[in-house]
Amino acid sequence: MTTPATSRPPSRPRLGVFKFASCDGCQLTLLDCEDELLGIADELEIAHFLEASSDIAPGPYDLSLVEGSVSTPEHVERVRRIRAESRRLVTIGACATAGGVQALRNYADVEEYLAVVYARPDYIATLATSTPISAHVPVDFELRGCPIDRGQLVEVITAFLAGRRPGVPDHSVCFACKRRGNVCVTVAHGTPCLGPVTHAGCGALCPTYGRGCYGCFGPAGTTNLPALVPLMHRDGMDEEAVGRFLHTFNVTAFTTVEEEGPG
Amino acid sequence: MSEPAAGSRVLRIPALTRVEGETALRLRVHDGVVAEARLSIYEAPRFFEAFLRGRAHTEPPDLTSRICGICPVAYQLSACRAVEDACGAVVDGQLAALRRLLYCGEWIESQTLHIHLLHAPDFLGHDDVIGLSRSHPGHVERGLRLKQTGNALVELLGGRAIHPVNVRLGGFHRTPAAAELRPFAERLRTALDDAWDTVRWVAGFDFPDAECDADLLALAEPGTYAIESGTPTVLPYDRTLPPRGFPLRDFSDHVKEEQVPHSTALHSRLDGRRHLTGSLARFGVSGHLLSPTALEAAREAGLGDPSRGRGAAGGRTDAVCRNPYKSILVRAVEVLYAVEEALRIIAAYERPARPYVEVPARAGVGHGATEAPRGLLYHRYTLDAAGRVTDACIVPPTAQNQGAIEEDLRRLVQAGLDRGEDSEAELTRLCEHAIRNHDPCISCSAHFLELEIERSPAPPR
Ligand code: SF4
Ligand code: SF4
Repeated sequence: MTTPATSRPPSRPRLGVFKFASCDGCQLTLLDCEDELLGIADELEIAHFLEASSDIAPGPYDLSLVEGSVSTPEHVERVRRIRAESRRLVTIGACATAGGVQALRNYADVEEYLAVVYARPDYIATLATSTPISAHVPVDFELRGCPIDRGQLVEVITAFLAGRRPGVPDHSVCFACKRRGNVCVTVAHGTPCLGPVTHAGCGALCPTYGRGCYGCFGPAGTTNLPALVPLMHRDGMDEEAVGRFLHTFNVTAFTTVEEEGPG
Repeated sequence: MSEPAAGSRVLRIPALTRVEGETALRLRVHDGVVAEARLSIYEAPRFFEAFLRGRAHTEPPDLTSRICGICPVAYQLSACRAVEDACGAVVDGQLAALRRLLYCGEWIESQTLHIHLLHAPDFLGHDDVIGLSRSHPGHVERGLRLKQTGNALVELLGGRAIHPVNVRLGGFHRTPAAAELRPFAERLRTALDDAWDTVRWVAGFDFPDAECDADLLALAEPGTYAIESGTPTVLPYDRTLPPRGFPLRDFSDHVKEEQVPHSTALHSRLDGRRHLTGSLARFGVSGHLLSPTALEAAREAGLGDPSRGRGAAGGRTDAVCRNPYKSILVRAVEVLYAVEEALRIIAAYERPARPYVEVPARAGVGHGATEAPRGLLYHRYTLDAAGRVTDACIVPPTAQNQGAIEEDLRRLVQAGLDRGEDSEAELTRLCEHAIRNHDPCISCSAHFLELEIERSPAPPR
């Protein structure tokens, strides 16, 4: 920041936070770390974080947190520039990691989408696809979630400062449900739930509130999706509904799991 | 800095910060006169209205919350109201009260974020909250504490603060027992003190004279300060004209969106005129309906007395604040109000028999509007008989405010130039502050500021 009044050495690692197509929710998660925010600012020099600060410093950055998906021609250029200026690049959220909800366009006619939303589509520069950051540049770590979990974000930053790999387990939401002592919503109530195939991180929020997981953290490391689909049919979802269930908040992420079968 | 064609000079000034989303500002200055102020929203289009088509009627609340991580509750509840309207379902009693309680959480959290982390640094000469925390540590700590309480309230009811999971059509997936809510009142009482201190703190800031000449548009609800429901109500800029309202279903006849070449956000006008939604509009339309404590806070903050001068015929209140710089004051009063409301709702809460009312699908068109922290947020859905969305229309507050913000910028930059503030740094500071007065949520447009000033003739170097 401008002339730090504290006696911090000027060599603190430099943090950059960058946004592509997104809702800002994942970067807001950083501002929502109220208890840790000022501590983080002590350990890291916040060099670039437009949502939070008017003080913008040029790269290089030691840690770059990237939110949002690549969806315009300008994004393609910018993500390469940011990668070139970043020692570690971590994507935060489903948009940056899997293309986000806006990747629903990948299966549609974008010309027609433009026509639905804008009277003069020719004013708008967009790509026909919304793609994850990793489709364009190498990524050091991908943090899942729509939005990401505050605790996992603090872990990623702490791990970076300690020079180790983040301790973010890739088991499924079911594990968190068991730990919380939830009654299984599928077994007990026949509620369709993507918990068995969804990456942990939220602490099994939805089942705790009595609803089925809708997959906002994307696929877990080891899943058996083919075993889950018949259960969803049993609980009243037709093929199309299952398709929408799996391909909304992480549009393409479950596709590979579907194709490859049990991981 | 580049040198363009003869006679004019284009200045590129670092981007606009501390707003949500991405925006550029282009100023054209001719012979010391601001010829044009153009706010370009260049956020990548995200096509929500398009991909909502073909979805089940139960899906818009979770889907549209992803339009904005800063006010997801506003999106969820506007979407719920619109679909419920199409299906003829009514959510009332304790379920409606719980929705208002959830919304109070978002108001506390989001308005406090804007006051302390984004806007106050402008008044106190800092780049950000980190700088502010060095000169005003106690105030920043209080702000973080208050924001945390707002977040905790959204988490309590919604599961998490960003994109809560517990909202559904007709109500909630799970309602809390009264015993789960009651202990939160303790925390809210501390928040009430913090909210009072915030009002007193911001009331001490220096407010430049300024006035926004736009009509004010906010929801109005009989007997209460409108948040999660109400009828669109206009307070014309011309004080001789009475306030007027129109049915929500006629929204698109009054608020017309048009696309402009420089922005991915659509611009809208109200009956052909510039209008403003948000805190100033709400305070103008419903200020007299604030709680006694919030009214006292408004008076103490120098906002006049909203409770006076409101005649039986819906006459005008004598406290319509049109100074965009003072929006931070109104926000602080609204936070205080939201804390009190939350306390009131919790005290009267009894767990409803069922967590939601059924919302059976049927063909129809439904309209829903609520007061997002940044202003009126309107949703409209057309459903077919199976409840499939065949058409969706979402009008966020920032798209409505953009015209008023541009006019505001034109006038403030002109006043700045007239005072001799001519340097890039001064103008950038002025513009950024002016834009943040309106708390634009640019991510809304499915949408950061790069200032470009084109001057002709070029000023002396
Ligand atoms: S992943 Fe979800 S919460 Fe994060 S930026 Fe994208 S839409 Fe927002
Ligand atoms: S349970 Fe599933 S949908 Fe719900 S918050 Fe967790 S990962 Fe997201």
